[in-house]
This record gives sequence, structure tokens and C-alpha cells, in this order.
Amino acid sequence: MSGAGLDPRTAPKFQVAARRLVGDAQMRKNVRHATNVIQTKRAKVVAEMPDWEDLRESGRQIRRHTLRHLDYYLLQFEKNCTAAGGVVHWARDAEEARQIVIKLVKQSGPQGESPTEIIKIKSMTTEEIQLNQALEEAGVHAYETDLAELIIQLGHDQPSHIVVPALHKNRAQIREIFQREMHLPGSDFSNLGGTPQDLADAARRFLREKFLRVKTAVSGANFLIADTGGVCIVESEGNGRMCLTLPETLISVAGIDKVVPKFSDLEVMLQLLPRSATGERMNPYNSIWTGVDKTAAGDGPRTFHVVLVDNARTKILADEEARQTLQCIRCGACLNACPVYLQTGGHAYGSVYAGPIGAILTPQLMEMHHAQSLPYASSLCGACYEVCPVKIDIPEVLIHLRNKVVKQQSSGLNILANPEVMALKAVARVFRSEAVFRIAQKLGRLAELPLSHKDSNGVGWIDWLPGMLGGWTQVRDLRVMPKQTFRQWFEAREKAGKKGAADGK
Amino acid sequence: MESEEAGRGLRVSLFITCYNDTLFPETGKAVVKVLERLGHTVDFPAGQTCCGQMHWNTGYQEEGLPMLTRFLEQFKDSEVIVSPSTSCVAMMKDHYPIMAERMKDPKITAEVAAILPKVWEFSQFLTQKLGIEDVGAYFPHRVTYHASCHGLRSLHLGDGPQRLLRAVRGIDLVEIENLEQCCGFGGTFAIKNAEVSSAMLADKVRGVLNTRAEVVTGCDNSCLMHVGGSLHRQRTGVWPLHIAEILAGEE
Repeated sequence: MSGAGLDPRTAPKFQVAARRLVGDAQMRKNVRHATNVIQTKRAKVVAEMPDWEDLRESGRQIRRHTLRHLDYYLLQFEKNCTAAGGVVHWARDAEEARQIVIKLVKQSGPQGESPTEIIKIKSMTTEEIQLNQALEEAGVHAYETDLAELIIQLGHDQPSHIVVPALHKNRAQIREIFQREMHLPGSDFSNLGGTPQDLADAARRFLREKFLRVKTAVSGANFLIADTGGVCIVESEGNGRMCLTLPETLISVAGIDKVVPKFSDLEVMLQLLPRSATGERMNPYNSIWTGVDKTAAGDGPRTFHVVLVDNARTKILADEEARQTLQCIRCGACLNACPVYLQTGGHAYGSVYAGPIGAILTPQLMEMHHAQSLPYASSLCGACYEVCPVKIDIPEVLIHLRNKVVKQQSSGLNILANPEVMALKAVARVFRSEAVFRIAQKLGRLAELPLSHKDSNGVGWIDWLPGMLGGWTQVRDLRVMPKQTFRQWFEAREKAGKKGAADGK
Repeated sequence: MESEEAGRGLRVSLFITCYNDTLFPETGKAVVKVLERLGHTVDFPAGQTCCGQMHWNTGYQEEGLPMLTRFLEQFKDSEVIVSPSTSCVAMMKDHYPIMAERMKDPKITAEVAAILPKVWEFSQFLTQKLGIEDVGAYFPHRVTYHASCHGLRSLHLGDGPQRLLRAVRGIDLVEIENLEQCCGFGGTFAIKNAEVSSAMLADKVRGVLNTRAEVVTGCDNSCLMHVGGSLHRQRTGVWPLHIAEILAGEE
């Protein structure tokens, strides 16, 4: 994974990417360690909240209500943000969003000249619209200032987690990346230490110079507050706060789903988000700003833009069963809890949104034209739903999206190219009749006969199956069908008179 | 909790489920044995086939709908319905109301609403409907319990199955690490995403082996078939066994 970016349009199917990634022992160890640490911290700070389930329900209701009245709250946000001195832009899709941001960046230099560099706060929405690449092509280099995003950028890597994007790398690997890529003038990195302090110090020296020099910043947003026109970002490092306060121009890019109706809704959200995301009671840095400071002091950026991005979100909103996807507040708890993500890491998902939320969000952002393998990247174990702070029933949405995929595969001549569709439709016919089911049970016993071997206990086992069923026998044996089905036994017993047969088993 | 019903013999209709019928008849026999030992009678509606889980969860929802109507037809006169499969019971509880809604037939919606409270997963029937833990079983082996995801997160079985097992005479029950973690079966997931499923399974098998148990049990034979398939491939000598077969054990 390097350079080109995670693009669902060109990514391999999940199962293909996963096959390679489960062979990466170092990555799996890193992911296991990091998700385990975060999960343990989360469990501890959630357990100490007696009203956690009530908070989750409140979170769900706030997000649900907002989505039902999204047009109203977005317009309210625009009005209040504009009144406070911000400029609101609307982007239908990723391309339009990129063009708007590039235009605003280019206008942001002194005397309207284009700067060649900007600083950035970690933002999933800008990853989604592949902004950095577009800026680079327009002659503007974006410096990621979030420590993990910096590691990804310097390592020519891709994010593998929506909150902790470099979670697949360990400290030794990060040290190597810094040594190789930082090129700080006057700094000798040949004996850079590997402790968290050493690495944080290197990052600080690298970034501080950018904070003081670069005058244009791009951010995302955790929440847009409709009743005040304010924007909220929470973070752990304070690098975001630097980007929000030092530059002359700030451009915040946000999905239209990020709005909350009232400032007071943050009371719920800012309890749910940090506990779910990083296992902290509160984020170390909570920034909320409203427009620009028009007083003589003139604190912070002089120019502030918000770019509101649709990019298929209104399409998701129109789908009654899937619209709960947009309730997401990007905490990443579902990734940390997911046993599939645990084995593959994030890159297998071929999208900047990995894990269970990525498996439902990505194909919908692609309007089901790409990423159709993602709804199947789940055993439906339900661990994601259990930890979701806004109660998105991810397994239900996965099943709903699977249905959409099956409909695509079953349409017209597609069906002939797909043995799975043919097989499942045939099995469905079997279950519609008891008589046919009985015949199928008999035929199954005959069909498996040539494949079975007897083990030392005289029990028949199958250790090889043909075609797509071979996935089972790659690491598992399968016991052959017993000679008698349960229903045959029960009928024989009824016939013989209950008593004797039950005792004799 | 309706423990007062423990004394009265109930007429229990057994929904064996398609895969137990075909692959695990011993589980069905054990269920019959335990229920009869407790003084209940068991009937078996002969036209039953499948709950529809495989189709519904894989995305073949239209194909799943006739299985709902078949179930309603077969079990409409039942007093209480017991099934030894957590995932099938969870399928019914979680999705039958949605399926009924999809069919836009108020009669089916009403029938589903009426029948679902009568449906019990086997261990849940014992601990919650009957309110009992000691079913008079004897099983002198070291056993670990695998909590299937649907039992844990959908049916909220909690420690009900473990309480049943602890009351078994002679048993040495040991807890597995990461009890709440999926074994990686997930129905068609094990086939469609075989590599990831195998990696998840490796974690679960490691957990089973670390307990040094002879037997891994649970309330769902599909998970046990998955875990057991790997235990057999590796010739570990550890056997999967449905909880009903332990509870049916006698001296």
C-alpha cells in the first residue's frame, strides 16, 4: 500500500486483499496489540459510567433526529456560520469539493498569491475525497500534522484505522520512517531513540517549524453546531489546536452528516466520543470556534471557510434501512471490537473507512457500484453494534446491503456467471418442501461418500471439498452425515412406541 | 422467570433446524431425552425444514420468506417451541418481524408476533422458562464452553448455559479466554472469506487448547462444527459436543 491511495474503485476484493494481509505477521501483531490496548481502556471508562446505555440512546436519538431534518439544520448552520464571519460552500461530490478547496487555498496567500504549502489537521473526509493528491497535482504540498497521519505520510503509507491511522506500525518501524524521511536541517537522526518521548520530540521539531511558517490550514470537523454556527474538533496532541489558531486562513471540510442541532448536544457527544474512540474520559484538546474574531485583537484565522460535502450522503439518507449509517461519529470503536479487522488490519478494506463501519459506509458512498465485497467482510458476530456509541445496527445494515449485492448478481444474465447464486436459489427450493428436503438429505449422503475417510474411531470425515466449498476444508475437516437423520429417528420411535426408544436412544 | 411451570408437564414442539436434523441427530435425541426426563412431552411437526437464516443473512432475502410461512404453518398449534440452535432462534427473533413486515400481510405479522414469545432456545428454555439449573446429568469430563455470538449478543443467554453445566455431576468446567470472541464461522462467511475465517478460528482453537479441556461445548452446533473441524484436522483429540448431549448424560 503506497502512494496511490486507498480507492474503492480500484481496490481488490476484500477476500483477495485479506488473503495477502493475514500473512503479514508483523502487521497482525501490531494491530492485535493496539486494538487490545484501546479496547481495554474503553471498557474501563465505559464501565465507570452508570448511565452509559442512556447516553448511547441519547446519542442515537440526537443523530437520528438531525438526519431526519438534515436540510433544516444545515441551512441553520450556514446562516449562523455566515453571520459569525465564516463562508460556507456546498459540494455535491468529491470532485467539486476538491475544486472548491484548491481554489480557496490558491487564493489564500499574501496578495492573493497561491501558497505552495498548507498544514492539515487529521480528517477522514479529506481522505475520502482524496484531497492531498489533488492539492499536490495543483502544486500545493499538504503537511499532515496529526502524529499518526504524519507517520503515514512520511512512510508513503495509507491509513488503516479511522482514529489511529498508523496503528499497523510499531515504534521501531516509526523510528525507521522518521530517520529516513524527516531530513531536518541541523538534526542528526542517525542515533534517534525509540522511546515515545524521542519520537514525539522528533515530530515536534519537524512540525513546529511548519506551524510557524505556513499560513493556510485545512481541517475536517467532528461536529457542526447548527444553532451557533460553530465547528468542533477534538484531538489528543494539540497539533490540531496549532492549525486552528496560527494560520491566517482556515478551510474546514465536513460531510453534511456532521451537523448537530444544538451546542448543548455536545454534552452527550463529547461524553460518548472520547470514551469510545481512545478510552479517554475527555479529549485533551476540545476546540470549538465560531466564524472569525472580528474584534481588534483579531485572534486566530482572518479567513474561515466551511466546505460541506454531500458525496452520496443524500443517497444514503434516502435508503430507509441503511440511513442509520450516517449516525456515525467516527469513533472507531467498531474497528477495535471487530474480530475480522483484528486479523486483516484496515488496508484489506480498500477504503479509508475500514472495519465494520467501513464495510457499510464505503459501498454506499460508491452507490453500490464498487466495494460490493465489503458487506460480506463480516461474520455478523455483532461486537460492532454492542460498542457503537450511537447504536448503529451494523449487522442489520450489512445484511441489507448483501441483499442489494445479490440483486445485482441475480439480474439478467449475471446469474449464470455466479455458481453461488444458482446454488442458494436451488437450496431455497429444497427447503420449500419437506419431501424434497428428505431427498436432498439422501442425495447429500451419496454425494459425499467418495470424499469420506474413516478415522481411527471408525467415524467418517471429509478433508477435501471441491470448488468454493474448498474454503472450508483448507483448515477444517467435516464429519460425514450420520446414516439416520433426526426426523427418521423420531418417526421410527413414534412408530415403536415412545418409551422403549427414548431409553435406548 | 416462570419457575412455577417446572412442576407441570409441557407439550414441547421441537424445531430441530435443518442442519441439526441432517448432521447432528444425536443433539436432537439428547434434547428429547432431557425434556422427557424433566416430565415434558415432545412432538415434532414433520413438515419443518429450515428457519431461513442462511438465505436471509447471505442476502437472499426473497428466498428466505417462504421459510417463515412454512414455520408458521408447522408450529401454529404449538404450546411452546424449543430449538437447540442459538443462531436459528436469533434469526427468528431478530428477523421474522422484519420479514413479516416485508411481506405486507397483516395476518403474517400478527402470527409472528403471537408465535415468537413461545420460541425458546434449548438452554434458555431450561434456565428462563422452566427456571431450573440442575437437570440431573452426569458427565465426568473436563469441558470448556464456547459462547456463540448469537447466544451472547442477540439472545442474551448470559451465564445461563454455564449454570446448567456447573450443576452437572462429575464435570470439570473451565473457562476459555476471550469467551466473547467470534470463532469465525459466520455461515457463508467461512466459505466466502475462508482466509480470515481460518485466522479467527486459529485464535479460538488456541483458546480451547489452552483450557486443556477434552470437550468443547456450546448451544449451537454450527460453531461447534467449525471449531471441531479444526480440532479434528489437527488431531487434538478434543471433541465438540452440544450442551444438550452433556445434559443428557447419565451415570
